[in-house]
Amino acid sequence: MRKILKGTAAAFVLTSTASMAWAEGSVVVVTSFPDDMTSVIEAAFEAAHPEYDLEILNRSTSSGVRYVQEIAANNTADIFWASAPDAFEVLKSNHLLAQAGISTEGIPDMIGAYPINDPDGYYYGFAASGYGIMWNTRYLDANGLEPAREWSDLARPEYFGHVGMSSPSRSGTTHLTVETVLQGEGWEAGWSEWKWIAGNFASVTERSFGVPDGVNTGNFGLGIVIDFFGFSSRASGFPVDFAYPTVTALVPANVGVIENAPNPEGARAFVEFLLSPAGQETLFDPAIMRLPVNPAAYEAAPEGLPNPFEDTSIGAEVLFDVDTSGARYYVVSSLFDVLITYRLDDLRAAVRAVQLAEERHADGSNAEAAALIAEARALIDAMPITEEQSLDPAFSGAFTATRRAASDQVEQRQAELEQQWDAFATQNYARARELADRAAAM
Amino acid sequence: MTQGPQPQGGPLPLADRLPAFLFPRLSPIALVGLFIALILVGFLIYPVLQVIAVAFQNPTTGALTLENFGDFFNSSLFRQSFFNSFYVSALSVVLATVIALPLAYITTRFNFSGSILIQSLGFIPLIMPPFVGAVAMQLIFGRNGTINLLLRDHLGITIPFMEGLNGVILVQSIHYFPFILINLSASLRNIDRSMEEAAQNLGAHGLRLFRRIVFPLATPGYIAGAALVFIKVFDDLGTPLLLNVNNMLAPQAYLRITSVGLNDPMGYVISVILVAFSILSLWASFLVMRGKDYATVQKGGGGLAKRDLALREKILAYGVVLFILLIVLSPHIGLLLLSFGTIWSFAPLPDGYTLANYVRMWEGSQQYVMNTLLYAGIAATLDVIIGTAIAYIVLRTGIAGRKWLDYMATAALAVPGVVLGIGYLRTFQNVDVPLVGKPLASWWVIIAIALMIRRLPYALRACMAALQQVSLALEEAAESLGAGKFRTIRRIVVPLMAGGILAGFVTSFATAAVELSATIMLVSNDRDSPLAYGIYLFMQTPSGRGAGAALGVLAVVIVALGTVLSQIIIERDKKLRTAGRA
Repeated sequence: MRKILKGTAAAFVLTSTASMAWAEGSVVVVTSFPDDMTSVIEAAFEAAHPEYDLEILNRSTSSGVRYVQEIAANNTADIFWASAPDAFEVLKSNHLLAQAGISTEGIPDMIGAYPINDPDGYYYGFAASGYGIMWNTRYLDANGLEPAREWSDLARPEYFGHVGMSSPSRSGTTHLTVETVLQGEGWEAGWSEWKWIAGNFASVTERSFGVPDGVNTGNFGLGIVIDFFGFSSRASGFPVDFAYPTVTALVPANVGVIENAPNPEGARAFVEFLLSPAGQETLFDPAIMRLPVNPAAYEAAPEGLPNPFEDTSIGAEVLFDVDTSGARYYVVSSLFDVLITYRLDDLRAAVRAVQLAEERHADGSNAEAAALIAEARALIDAMPITEEQSLDPAFSGAFTATRRAASDQVEQRQAELEQQWDAFATQNYARARELADRAAAM
Repeated sequence: MTQGPQPQGGPLPLADRLPAFLFPRLSPIALVGLFIALILVGFLIYPVLQVIAVAFQNPTTGALTLENFGDFFNSSLFRQSFFNSFYVSALSVVLATVIALPLAYITTRFNFSGSILIQSLGFIPLIMPPFVGAVAMQLIFGRNGTINLLLRDHLGITIPFMEGLNGVILVQSIHYFPFILINLSASLRNIDRSMEEAAQNLGAHGLRLFRRIVFPLATPGYIAGAALVFIKVFDDLGTPLLLNVNNMLAPQAYLRITSVGLNDPMGYVISVILVAFSILSLWASFLVMRGKDYATVQKGGGGLAKRDLALREKILAYGVVLFILLIVLSPHIGLLLLSFGTIWSFAPLPDGYTLANYVRMWEGSQQYVMNTLLYAGIAATLDVIIGTAIAYIVLRTGIAGRKWLDYMATAALAVPGVVLGIGYLRTFQNVDVPLVGKPLASWWVIIAIALMIRRLPYALRACMAALQQVSLALEEAAESLGAGKFRTIRRIVVPLMAGGILAGFVTSFATAAVELSATIMLVSNDRDSPLAYGIYLFMQTPSGRGAGAALGVLAVVIVALGTVLSQIIIERDKKLRTAGRA
C-alpha cells in the first residue's frame, strides 16, 4: 500500500507541474460542436496563429450555458461557441458575454430573414444552418415509404411510428424549428401541425444528436434535424438523405467572447479567424458542411451545398421574428414538453385512433362518424393558452423567475401552470381517443 | 494505512503534544475518524446541500418555503414519474435476480469447471461505458435491431424489448445484476456446511433444502445486493435518458436542472426526493437484515458441499449458463461488432469490417486512457483506505457517532452524479488552489475526488464484509504480544482483509473508469478528460460512432484484465491461506 501511495504522490507532483507549464496563449472554448468539426477548425487556427493553443471543452448547449453560469464567479473560459442564438441571448442577459468589437466587414446583415450578428455586438454569426427532414433510405425502402418533403407530410398516417425529433427544451436548434413553424403557420395551426406530427413520433430524443443517430442506425426512418447533421451523416457513408421544406428558417450558428475572459486577445483572434475568408473555408470540410456567412467564401464551395445568398428560396418563406421567439421562449419549450414529450403515449394513442377512424370512413359518407372525428381532431388541436397569453410578460414571468427582487412577484408558479396544462392535455387526449374509437366502430 | 494525522517520527502521538484545553484528548483513531468525517462533509454533504437548498426556496423571493414540495405532489406527471421509477426499480431487481441466481447457485454449489471465468465474466456488465451500452443494446434488441429484423424477416413478428419502460428494465438489470451475483455468491460460500448437513440428515434435499435452508441463510447477501440494485436503478439517469424515457424521476430532475437558462426549482425538489427515498430504501434493507445475522461462529467448514453433476444435469447447467452469459454480454458483443464495423444501418450486422476505427481511436485517445488510469487509480486507492478506516472504526471501536461515518459514506450512493457535479462547481469555483493558480473546481484533482466520493460506498461495503470475517481473537492476540493499535492494524488486520480490500479496489476502479455523469460537469479542459468523456465526444458525431465503440472496447478490456488479474490474486491468496491453516 505504501508503495502505491508513493507512486500516486509522484504522479501527483508530475502532473501538477505539467499543468503549471501550460501554454501562455491558451484559449479555452466552451462549445457544443462535435469533435469532427472543432478539430478541423482548431488545426487551421493554430496553423494561422501558432502563438495560441486552443482548448476545446465539449458540452451540450444547455450544460454549456449552465457551466459558464456556474464558473462566472471565477471565470476560466474565453469563448462560447454554439448553434442556438437563444443560448447566447441567455448568456447576454446574464451579462456573461463581452462586446468584443470585431469588424464584420464583407458579411451581410441578414441571412434569409435572420440577422447574422447580435445588434449589440455581444456575439457573431459565423455559419448558417437550416432545418429540414432527414431520412434513412434503407428503412424507407423496407417499409415501402416515400421520403417526406414538407412538415405537413410528416403528419400523414403512413408515417405512424417512423418519425424522430428532439425537444425544444433540450436542444436550441429544435426550439428554432418549432418556433419557425409556429411563426410561419400561426400559433393555432402551427401547434396543431406539431401535435399531428408528434402523433407519428417513435421517440423524442434527449439530445439533438439523438435524432440523426436514430436515423443513421435505422431506429426510426425520418428525423427532424439541422442540415449539417444530414450532410455530414451522408458524407460518412450512411444510407441517408436530407431535404429543406418550404417553411424553414436559416439561422446563424454563433460565437461570442465571455465576459472577464482570462485571455481576451486570444479570444478576439479566434473570432476574427472564424470570420476571415480562411476560417470560413474550413466550413466546407466534409465533416462540417455548414454554410458560410461570408458570400465570398462560396467560390470554393463543394458541389451540392446550397448558396443561400443566391438561392433565395431557402428560408425565404418565413420572416423569423427574434423578439417574438425570445418573449415566449420558455413558454414554448414547456408547452412542447407538457403537451408532447411527457404525454407522448397518450398523444400517440389519440392520433392513431383518429387516423384509423379516418381510414375506416375515408369516403366521408357517414356524417355521424365524421362529426365525431372532427370533434376528436378539435380536442387534440386545442391549446391551453392563446398566443396573446404566450407573449404576455406577466405570464411568461412564471418561467423565468430568478431571484431578482422581492417586488417583481409573478402570479403563478411554473409547476402550477404545468400541472394545469398536463391535466388539460391528458383529459383531451383521452376523450379524443374515445370519440375516434366510437367513430371507428360505426 | 490510516495514517491521516500521524506523528512525524516523534515519540509522542500528535494529540499528546497539543495543549489539552485547545484540543480535547482524542485517540489517534478518533482523529482519523474526525478527518474522514471532515472529508465527507466537505466533499459530499456540503456541496450537495448547496444544490438542494434551492428546493426549499421560493424562486422569486428566495424565502424558505415548502410550497415546491406541494407542487411536486400535486402534479400528476411527477406522481406518475415516481410510480414509474419505483416500478422499473422493482422489476429490475426481479429480472436481475433471475439472471444472478442460477449463476451464483451453479458456481457455488456444484463442481463446475469455469466457475472463476463465470464469476469474472459476470462482473463485466458493470463496466459498460455510458453512451455505448444503450447504443449497442438498441442495435441488437431495438425495434429495428438485429433480433427484431431477423424475427420480422423469418417469422413476421417483432418483440418490443426496448420500448419505453421495458427497455430501461432490460438494460438496467443486465447492467446491475453483478451486484446481486457478487453478494449472493459471497453469502453462499460462507454458509456453514454443517447446517446443510444437518438439514440433509433430517431428510431435506433438492428444492426444499434450497428454499428452507440455503436461501434463507444467504438472505443477508441477497438483500444487500438487491438493495444496491434497487437504489442504483432508482437514481440512474443515463439509461432512461439514452433510451429517451422521460417519465421517471431521475430524468425529470436532470431535464429540469439542465434546461437552457431555466431556474425551475422542481429539478432540485426531485433531487431531494431521490436522495430521501434512496436513504429510506437503504434503511429499510438494514431493518430487514437486522436480527437475521446468521454469521456462524463455529465453522464446520467453509461453504456448501460441492457436488458433481450427472451428464444430463451438466448439459442443462452449461446450457443455462451459456444462455445467460450470451444475454448479459450482448451489449459487449454489439459494441465489438460496432467497433469493427464500417456502416451499420437498418441491418442485422454491419455492412463490412475494418480496423480503421481502432486506428482513428488510437490516434487521439492515449491521453484519455492515461487520465482514466490516474483518476480511477487515485479514487480507488483513497476509497479502500477510507473504507478500511471506516470499517475499522465502526466495527472495532466505540467512538461516539461512528455509525454516522458509515451513513454519510453510504449516502453517496443516493446522490445523482449531476447533483454532485453542480455542487462542486458551486462550492469550489471560488477556491483557488495554491501553486496551481486555478480554481479547485477546474483542477483535475477534483475529478478524482468526485470519483472517490461516488465509488466510496462500493469499497466500503467490501471492506466491511472483509473485516467482519476477521476474528477479533487474532487482533487481541497481537495486542497481548505487545503490538500497538496501528501496528496491529498494519500487520494483522489489513493483511487478513487483503482479499476484500482488493475486491473493493477493483469494484471502485472498474466502475470509476467508465463513470460520466459527475465528470462531464467537471472536465475543464481537454487534456484532463477521462476516457468516458472521450467516448462521449466520439459518439456525438456520425462518423465517430465506430471509433467511440473502439474506445469503449479498449476501456472494457483494460478494466476486465485488471479484474481477472485480481480474481487470480484473490484465489491464490485463499489457497495459500487454506494451505497454511491445514
